Amino acid sequence: MDLSSINPILLIASIMVSATPILFAAIGEMIVEKSGVLNLGVEGMMIVGAVVGFAVAVNSGSPILGFAAAALASALLSMCFGFLTQFLLSNQVATGLGLTLVGLGLSSLIGKPYEGMKSPTLPKLDIPILSDLPVVGQMLFSHDIMVYVSLALVAGVWAFLKYTRGGLILRAVGESHEAAHALGYKVVRIRLMAIFFGGACAGLGGAYLSLVRVPQWTEGMTAGSGWIALAIVVFASWRAGRILVGAYLFGGVTVLQLNLQAAEVAVPVALLSMSPYLITILVLVVISARGAHGAPAALGRPFHATS
Amino acid sequence: MGDILLQLDGLTKAYPGVVANDDVSFAIGKAEIHALLGENGAGKSTLVKMIYGLVKPDKGTMTLDGSPFVPGEPRAARASGVAMVFQHFSLFEALSVAENIAVGMENPPKARDLAKQIRDVSETYGLPLDPDRVVGTLSAGERQRVEIIRCLLQNPRLLVMDEPTSVLTPQEVDILFETLRKLKEEGTSILYISHKLEEIRSLCDTATILRLGKKVDTCTPAETTARELAEMMIGSSFATPEAKERDFGAPLLTVKSLSMPAPGAFGTPLRDVSFEVRSGEVLGLGGVAGNGQDELLMALSGERTAKPGAVFLEDTDLSTMGPNGRREQGLLSGPEERLGHAAAPDMSLTENAVLTASRRQNLLSNGFINWTKARSFAETVIERFDVRTPSSKTAARALSGGNLQKFVVGREILQNPRVLVLNQPTWGVDAAAAAAIRQAVLDLATQGAAIVVISQDLDELMEISDSFGALNEGRLSPIRKVSDLSLERIGLMMGGAHDMEIAHVDA
Amino acid sequence: MIRLEKRAQPSTIWTVATPILAVVLTMIVGGIMFAILGKPPLEAIRTIFWDPLFHPQFAAYSRPQLLVKAGPLILIAIGLSIGFRAGIWNIGAEGQYIMGAVCGAAAGLALYPAETRLIFPLMVLAGALGGWAWAMIPAILKVKFGTNEILVSLMLVYVAENILASVSSSLLRNPEGRGFPGSRNLSQWDAAANHELIPNTGMHWGVVAAFIAVIFAYVLLTRHIQGFNIRLTGEAPRAARFSGVSPSRIILLCLGMSGVLAGMAGLFEVSGPAGQISIDFNSGYGFTAIIVAFLGRLHPVGILLAGLLMALTYIGGELAQLMLGLPGASIQLFQGMLLFFLLGVDVFTNYRLRIGKAGGA
Repeated sequence: MDLSSINPILLIASIMVSATPILFAAIGEMIVEKSGVLNLGVEGMMIVGAVVGFAVAVNSGSPILGFAAAALASALLSMCFGFLTQFLLSNQVATGLGLTLVGLGLSSLIGKPYEGMKSPTLPKLDIPILSDLPVVGQMLFSHDIMVYVSLALVAGVWAFLKYTRGGLILRAVGESHEAAHALGYKVVRIRLMAIFFGGACAGLGGAYLSLVRVPQWTEGMTAGSGWIALAIVVFASWRAGRILVGAYLFGGVTVLQLNLQAAEVAVPVALLSMSPYLITILVLVVISARGAHGAPAALGRPFHATS
Repeated sequence: MGDILLQLDGLTKAYPGVVANDDVSFAIGKAEIHALLGENGAGKSTLVKMIYGLVKPDKGTMTLDGSPFVPGEPRAARASGVAMVFQHFSLFEALSVAENIAVGMENPPKARDLAKQIRDVSETYGLPLDPDRVVGTLSAGERQRVEIIRCLLQNPRLLVMDEPTSVLTPQEVDILFETLRKLKEEGTSILYISHKLEEIRSLCDTATILRLGKKVDTCTPAETTARELAEMMIGSSFATPEAKERDFGAPLLTVKSLSMPAPGAFGTPLRDVSFEVRSGEVLGLGGVAGNGQDELLMALSGERTAKPGAVFLEDTDLSTMGPNGRREQGLLSGPEERLGHAAAPDMSLTENAVLTASRRQNLLSNGFINWTKARSFAETVIERFDVRTPSSKTAARALSGGNLQKFVVGREILQNPRVLVLNQPTWGVDAAAAAAIRQAVLDLATQGAAIVVISQDLDELMEISDSFGALNEGRLSPIRKVSDLSLERIGLMMGGAHDMEIAHVDA
Repeated sequence: MIRLEKRAQPSTIWTVATPILAVVLTMIVGGIMFAILGKPPLEAIRTIFWDPLFHPQFAAYSRPQLLVKAGPLILIAIGLSIGFRAGIWNIGAEGQYIMGAVCGAAAGLALYPAETRLIFPLMVLAGALGGWAWAMIPAILKVKFGTNEILVSLMLVYVAENILASVSSSLLRNPEGRGFPGSRNLSQWDAAANHELIPNTGMHWGVVAAFIAVIFAYVLLTRHIQGFNIRLTGEAPRAARFSGVSPSRIILLCLGMSGVLAGMAGLFEVSGPAGQISIDFNSGYGFTAIIVAFLGRLHPVGILLAGLLMALTYIGGELAQLMLGLPGASIQLFQGMLLFFLLGVDVFTNYRLRIGKAGGA
């Protein structure tokens, strides 16, 4: 066992990379849930984003185009969920599960020809001056653009919910759709927009996995990231800032266990590789034992406008 | 009064199977308080929704201040100066007062300016309110103020109020009426929806009466007696429940210092509630909604259990028993919410009979349900309580409110309870069904059961109860004989001031 | 304008018609998908739905496979459906299935090479216990702390997969297997084997258990007060509490039952069709069973039919892969689509479609 092989600077930097996919997915899902909709299909949307992003990036040679295509593809997929739950009033839990199953099937169908290929990846974006700082520079300011996009997205979502009228309306719809409807807000339209946004974010997260973090396409490569993103939304009590904390915490666990595996610590490999899931469960238990505060009141409840 | 503000002409709106409004025409004058009077189901709500743009009329026109008024949605109605305070508040519990108000405005000012405006308006009209409080923590009366202030900030020309006093104590009603009169002086018209005759006679300039979707008359309430108004509203006379002379026996239900934490973030804790009900006695418990009524019912039904020594049926301590144990002992109950609490909406009436009657009616053998027996019990309830339904196979949600309520109350009464606890037994029920339910409750008391009726309808409580108490923030006032009560004293009890002068008056 | 109007009562006709309509729609859209993939759509549909049963050459082999594949699907789906009825979303059946197989196989292998008739029943018991214990984790966490059972049960699938990977290359590894991961072959050890009961039918003990489970669930849900309480909890939780149902007991009961059934399904699989514990003996039945449960409308008889249909698509899919070179994943997508269409057309059960002027906004 050789713990000295773990470089703390690289460790922090790789935590940021490993947290980014979940951060994207979780912040998107938070917006969806804030509107009162529970979309359990995050895993499915992520993996479709991963494969579409990868395929487009390989074919076009442009990772940025890959990210854009991934966001669009997953957002379109999320519209299936939106159509079923918002117009046909299907059960959100069942439909979300269905979305995951469809996404897994669709992704392995699309991804077959791309297995084992390498894609162009995002260049590191060294932020001038800051990235030259000792230690911190390499740790925080020498990442690819999507890491910063994800951070900006968290800040944007936080400000949107706190300061804008749109954010207020979104929260109101998630709190009581009847009351929002009575005030004349278009509940279904607002929710569809939220679902679309959530889908796009999950797509970005998936593409980050296949284009940056890994970077290649393998079947089932999300390996539960989407579900963990859902857990992080609960952990974060539906607050943007805590989503960031949750995702980075989780990224930390993942990277740490991988490093420990590489360092051949005397802990069974199986235990290390199941640790992210066990810790997620543990966190869920701690949060729920404290009482889940902040869940939107209308979360998961179907809305059918009657006169 | 002067000019006309809103003119309605021949408004008609039909739903499958029912004509909610049939050729309704009347006019609301400027600076007029206009009452819209009618029973539940008379079509008041539909009419108001048409004015507020939530429902489009099938036929008919509206004219606002001389120009055609066709609101496609509430936003358009608000833009034209029509504001509405809902009966069931359209508020968001987890948002603050200021956020709630902002979300209901077209162009809300900046947060700081809005908070100031809220304070100004609330001072001007005597409606104290803190803009930063979370709405979930407010009382019903305070919530109504949020709605009213939200409307007033938009300087409405017409303010529509749907049953505004049903959630207020008599004192709060006085404050509200002051506010409304002040608004009227400033030139605002008010459409005031209610079925409470005395209120309308004291407040309103004009009254339009609806019955079964049609306009019966428009009159001046001050010049019309309450009896005449009632006859126009109800149409035919119906039997008012009659209490036979009853002798009270020994105490059956005794509650001693019952305390319980609030069930959820926005619930009410029960604080040291004590009372007893004797055989043959009807105890009425009043109070403004949200002061512990639901919580008390759950504590008595056994949905939430207490520490030993709190709830007794004669000498048996029921405190730690669940609903089935209490039923076996003879304590039955009927919650307020019919769909989803007292009955499962998508289940048939037979299945809903099994819901509470499986033990007392011996519908089980070795855990297996005897469906034949269950059906015949359901059919007995349907027949004895005149429940209008195609069959016992019909889903509960397919029944009208009144019919389902008759079924739910009948289901408990026909199990021969020794103690029956009902919460809001006639809420949202038509007059005939309400009268039938009250009569059944009185008959049960005559047979020697002890009965607790929790209700926000003071008229109902005065009519059927022998004794009266009021809930306020989870506390129960001392119990008084109904014959000793005055409206003012009831108001003080409901407001929580029961330790004041009432105590010695009773002696 | 088209709008939906809530029916006073769920429509009986549509309850039965929606799964059929969903299957038809899936065939149409699936056909289009196959056409896009460059495969003849009609032939593909026929290969999936018809040939496994009636193809002159392959049917003899594939017909027994129908029961082999349907058995575990039905067994797991019955368990899931009972929970779904109560609004308890155990979606980690895959994990319970794996743990059932691991525990059951371990109990058997501990006694290797004894030859007694008691070994197989013991393994079934251990499998059931393993699945039950794995399901009790989300159940107890939900009862004690109110933790979301969806996320916990799902996380436990990944944990179970890691355990499976670990034991198949350490604890349960075949000592005579030359270091390859994977346990001894149970189906070749008489005392532990889950044999085909009637030759060339695919009928093994797991299928028998599935049929018993169908009958058990039917009686439970329609006749017994516990079944009534389960349905009541799902349809109106507050009314259930008012009726005297303890939510905790329902959670423990439902998750326990689905864990037992999934665990048994896992054991029957490793001791029969799969033969041994290996890193990938599980073929996603735990997830497909979710589709089966919904497609069968959470009704035991419906699940029986849906399980057979889903088994057919599995076998047909393999056949199509073989004969038409259809990608294996397209079947997974096909199954997912089926669930989607079902959820979509389900709207007709509770709502009536009205075309015309909008009444209520």
